[in-house]
Amino acid sequence: MSFTDRIFDGSSQALNLRAQRTQLLATNIANADTPGFKARDMDFGAAMRREMGALASDVRRTDGRHLALSSLRHGAAAAQYRQPLQPRADGNTVDLQREQVAFMDNAIRYQASLSFLDSRIKSVRNALRGE
Amino acid sequence: MSLFATMDVAGMSLDAQSTRLNTIASNLANANVVKSSEAEVYRARYPVFAAAMSAVRGEGGGVRVERILQSELPALREFVPGHPLADDEGYIYRPDINQVDEMANMMAASRSYQNSIQAMETTKQLALRTLTLGR
Repeated sequence: MSFTDRIFDGSSQALNLRAQRTQLLATNIANADTPGFKARDMDFGAAMRREMGALASDVRRTDGRHLALSSLRHGAAAAQYRQPLQPRADGNTVDLQREQVAFMDNAIRYQASLSFLDSRIKSVRNALRGE
Repeated sequence: MSLFATMDVAGMSLDAQSTRLNTIASNLANANVVKSSEAEVYRARYPVFAAAMSAVRGEGGGVRVERILQSELPALREFVPGHPLADDEGYIYRPDINQVDEMANMMAASRSYQNSIQAMETTKQLALRTLTLGR
């Protein structure tokens, strides 16, 4: 685990996943009227655990020029299809109200992650300044 | 950064919905256009949406207008012998467009447009806040 990973303790991974989820949910909202479209979402907890596992189990590097494994594993989290509440006759499974709620929830949590990251950066700054 | 991709998704949705609004406006505008033969009558147009999938697995794509369908409904034939556009037998032809349907469709389209704008607005705020990180 690198120095910055230890300081930020997964906040940057969380932000990345949140941004990915924002895009998935925006796609659902955009396709609310597309026939046959299946709404998708990600299991944030599982994706986050996977990211953190990747961080913790990074291989030992014997040379400073080696790449960290965690930097390579940075792929998109698997999206899963949502269980529809009221599927439409044309095969569309977007429940707009649920997508709106999920989008808002995701945005708030993104801001929370930002705040955590921000306060970490501020503490590191204070430590460096040594005031 | 995924947030910009999210903006693209919302932008594509705005494009698709505005195409839909455009066809509805065209259908409403031409609902009462009378012609003197069946072939000349305006046909209602409806866009067909399709999901645009991103090349990256697990990422959302967007939406696009796949094609614009023309209504197959036959024109309405009315017997109005005195009408200046009436054909030899005294009939005029008008498109079979249900204005109430079109209005309902328009409301749905404008709601979808608003939803996408809201998603875009939220994404913008998130991106702006990310830019001020560590200030």
